[in-house]
Amino acid sequence: MSTTENSMSGSFGGVEARSSAALNSQLAIAVRNLDFVYATGGKKALNAINFDLPDRQVTGMIGPSGCGKSTLLRVLNRMYSLYPGQKATGEVIMDGKNLLDDDVDINELRSRIGMVFQKPTPFPMTIYENIAFGVRLHEKLSKSAMDERVEWALTRAAIWGEVKDRLQSSAMGLSGGQQQRLCIARTIAVKPEVILFDEPTSALDPISTLKIEELIDELKRDFTIAIVTHNMQQAARCADQVAFFYLGELIEIAPAAQLFTNPAQPKTQEYITGRFG
Amino acid sequence: MNASTAKTLGMPQKNIVAARALGRRRRLVDQTVRILCIIATLIGLFFLGSIMVTLLWRGVATLDWITLSREFQPTTYGDPDAPRGGLLHAILGTLVQSGLGILIGTPIGILVGTYLSEYAKGSKLGEVVRFVSDVLLSAPSVLVGLFVYQILVRPVGGFSGIAGAAALSIIVIPVVVRTTEDMLQLIPNTLREAVVGLGAPKWKMVTLVCYRAALSGIVTGVLLAFARIAGETAPLLLTSFGNNVVSWNMFGAMASLPISIYQQANSGFPDLIQIAWTGALLVTLGVLTINVVARILVARRK
Repeated sequence: MSTTENSMSGSFGGVEARSSAALNSQLAIAVRNLDFVYATGGKKALNAINFDLPDRQVTGMIGPSGCGKSTLLRVLNRMYSLYPGQKATGEVIMDGKNLLDDDVDINELRSRIGMVFQKPTPFPMTIYENIAFGVRLHEKLSKSAMDERVEWALTRAAIWGEVKDRLQSSAMGLSGGQQQRLCIARTIAVKPEVILFDEPTSALDPISTLKIEELIDELKRDFTIAIVTHNMQQAARCADQVAFFYLGELIEIAPAAQLFTNPAQPKTQEYITGRFG
Repeated sequence: MNASTAKTLGMPQKNIVAARALGRRRRLVDQTVRILCIIATLIGLFFLGSIMVTLLWRGVATLDWITLSREFQPTTYGDPDAPRGGLLHAILGTLVQSGLGILIGTPIGILVGTYLSEYAKGSKLGEVVRFVSDVLLSAPSVLVGLFVYQILVRPVGGFSGIAGAAALSIIVIPVVVRTTEDMLQLIPNTLREAVVGLGAPKWKMVTLVCYRAALSGIVTGVLLAFARIAGETAPLLLTSFGNNVVSWNMFGAMASLPISIYQQANSGFPDLIQIAWTGALLVTLGVLTINVVARILVARRK
């Protein structure tokens, strides 16, 4: 709780647009004064980030390579703690609890905040087992309940029709786009509250990309979503609010339409018009 | 001034004669290296082929049911009515000792390899363990024999199948450590992140997903380790010593194919030397089969 005092008095870097119209709804996650280093004593990859994920909305995160957007995503579910030396300080508040505190059960945290990665990562097992694997980590279900859960997750991920006749064959045999939707199904099967997407379509063809984007639009009815993307059109299409990062700082966060048509910051203007990046 | 500047900046002239000479030289070097490579390959293949042909030619004469089903018999002195001996004791001894050696060495090797790949990132202890394992991998096997002789044979006061299996397991461990670590290292970190991203603790990530992803590679390593110890002679000479009868007593001396070959080939009796050839053929065919199976497993992985 030593970090609580920072939460209210953080430097906002003169950015006014940060807590704007879209954010009146309930917050799923609030990030306060977040710093991040990749190595002890190293340069800050994230610097005093203040940031909200509104409940059941899609937050797009854009910015040039190395700006810290993926790093921020990996802080939210503490993925970084796999790697010694990487350290986050500040607050990531969910249900009034700082997720960065040492006493947080990291496995339970990850069951509440799921993640979908850039490259599809099917496990080397059957399609059914891929979904059941995550569920079994957190729940004890009967065979029929598990069957139901698997069907539900695959249906929500818009892939049930394609795989329902081959649930017992290996997931490695699916196409890239199908594998990615399988990974989404695997994530939602655990029933998280938040889903983090880390450039989920950058390894996919345009048709598969479209399917994933439609899916994200559909999923936001039930899940809070954060999506890191290199593709500004994708952010404009999918996101309710968009955050622009540059050199480890949050430059601007605003409703998508506003950020792309009338950004408050000159840096944002330069980036979205393609003058750098 | 203007003209000369234009000239120096103009298109560089190409010397076609020099270019052709260069090309001829390149082709010559290419041809020479290619021929040298082919000759080197043929030399290697010649010796390998020569060993296989000699083994088949000398060993196949007594590759029959009698050899596979009987124990050692003393020389017949050329008497056609005297009972001929076989290699059953040695085949069973090799299978039992090698099998036990694999059973002891594999779990230890897999655990150490897992430690190195999954838990020892950048730790000093990990580096030391990896170094020791690599030294052990290339240590002369007679040293392993001597070591086990000192700790398991001398204190007990006799050679034993257990001591033989222990020596073989020491040879198995570094092979399995290496392949396990290598195969786990091939797994992309994104897969590991995907597993822990679902809320899985690390030990479940390793046992339920990483081992499965690396399974065929690890099995291949174990098979290759088996092939390696099936032909080991020196460590067994100092530990299980050899025996002329089928023995299931792990606490007594035990026969093995390599040692039977060594003893019978040194006997000076043509009929025993003949059986030694067959033993050599059996070991070679066994090791060859294991290697082929391992290769098929590797190919299936891709």
